[in-house]
Amino acid sequence: MAEEYPDDLRYHPEHDWARVEGEEAVLGITWYAQDALGELVHYEAPEVGATVTKDGPYAEVESVKAVSDVVAPLSGEVLEVNEKAVDEPETINADPYGEGWLVRIRLSDAGEVDSLLDPEAYRAHVADQ
Amino acid sequence: MNATLRRTPLYERHVAVGARLVPFAGWEMPVQYEGVIPEHVAVRTAAGAFDVSHMGQLHVDGPATESFLQSVLSNDVTRLSDGEAQYTLLTNDQGGVVDDLIVYRLESGSYLLVVNAGNREAAYAWLKEREARGTEVRDASDEYALVAVQGPHALERLDLPEAPAFTHAMGEVDGLEVMVCRTGYTGERGVELMCPEDDGPALWDAVLARGVTPCGLGARDTLRLEVCYPLHGQDLTTETDAISAGLGWACALETEFTGVDGLRRVKAEGPASRLAAFVMEERAIPRYGMSIEGGGEVTSGTHSPCLDVGIGMGYVPAADATPGTELVVDVRGRPRRGRIVRKPIYRKE
Repeated sequence: MAEEYPDDLRYHPEHDWARVEGEEAVLGITWYAQDALGELVHYEAPEVGATVTKDGPYAEVESVKAVSDVVAPLSGEVLEVNEKAVDEPETINADPYGEGWLVRIRLSDAGEVDSLLDPEAYRAHVADQ
Repeated sequence: MNATLRRTPLYERHVAVGARLVPFAGWEMPVQYEGVIPEHVAVRTAAGAFDVSHMGQLHVDGPATESFLQSVLSNDVTRLSDGEAQYTLLTNDQGGVVDDLIVYRLESGSYLLVVNAGNREAAYAWLKEREARGTEVRDASDEYALVAVQGPHALERLDLPEAPAFTHAMGEVDGLEVMVCRTGYTGERGVELMCPEDDGPALWDAVLARGVTPCGLGARDTLRLEVCYPLHGQDLTTETDAISAGLGWACALETEFTGVDGLRRVKAEGPASRLAAFVMEERAIPRYGMSIEGGGEVTSGTHSPCLDVGIGMGYVPAADATPGTELVVDVRGRPRRGRIVRKPIYRKE
């Protein structure tokens, strides 16, 4: 897919996105992150029930050449892991905001959402990289 | 920072097509064009081209060259006739590996050594220091471009005749005179084409125009690891000996060369550890430097595009190196199971 940063998401400067849905959020990595990593061949997912902490690593994604921590844009508890992304990590490259989502969490502090970048600010951040 | 990186004669070509460039052994090199996996697959199923101009070329000439090379290289260089080549090791006093290289006999008393980019200075200095009367070592690396064309369709795409592996001859690709070497680092049939630096871009263009896929160092690494070709600096170092590395076949222990006594001893007593190949059975990608339970270490690891699993090589205690033995790799704190396999990891069907 072409470079894109959807308007309905909030972004973390470490190139992660969050789709906030009430008290829950779906998390993933941005187009920029997957492009920089290259073809992903492994997604080391957290356990369901694990606690993720904003700005802290909660998963790993690996390309043929390199491994990278995935940083949590928000804090909470993992409710669901995207098994399709585990089984077919290339899905994360192909559709980073759709079928390539990583985890669904229950937010522990909905107030954190305000600290994330809006799409415009994140696009400016990417342009600076 | 990049100002200090060297560039090959093909650098502009790589930039023009949007290759991803990375620092490698002091060079700014393409790690990938379209992607590591499609490039890997192109080489396994059709043909791929690699810019390997960063590798070093040392000419060694003079009437005493054969005996000089025999005294510093592990393999038996006297077995070479004109037009033949050989994989060999430059060994230190302990039998450690200064570099692994290919020696080409051009004619009597005239040899070409193609050495690793990262060891060019070390190999040259090593040889120059020991250079005997009647032989002269010259670093000609900057005079040549080197393009590897590898894959089952490589010869057909280039309209080059078949020839035995580890031979070389002058030939022509679209009007460009090249040294055609039947060597490579992918486990596929193919050639390495050497030409004067100035002809490099035209040669690269000609090769690609014949429908060969440009490939970066990323695919070069996955291809060589699937067939268990060692990488100097990881699988081979000045601290590792050739016997433990499984390169006894490249050591003519009946000849006299630097470090041969140590190698004979390791051979006689049996190595304490061996460079073993393994395949992960749990989902995980082994990486260089990860520890292996029971006292081993991963020296090369990646995701195999052909097998779609994590693969690697590493030194393990000799008793644990038998194919079929289970091993556990510490993947950033997570123990992950794999199994020792016979080399090569990947075999053509």
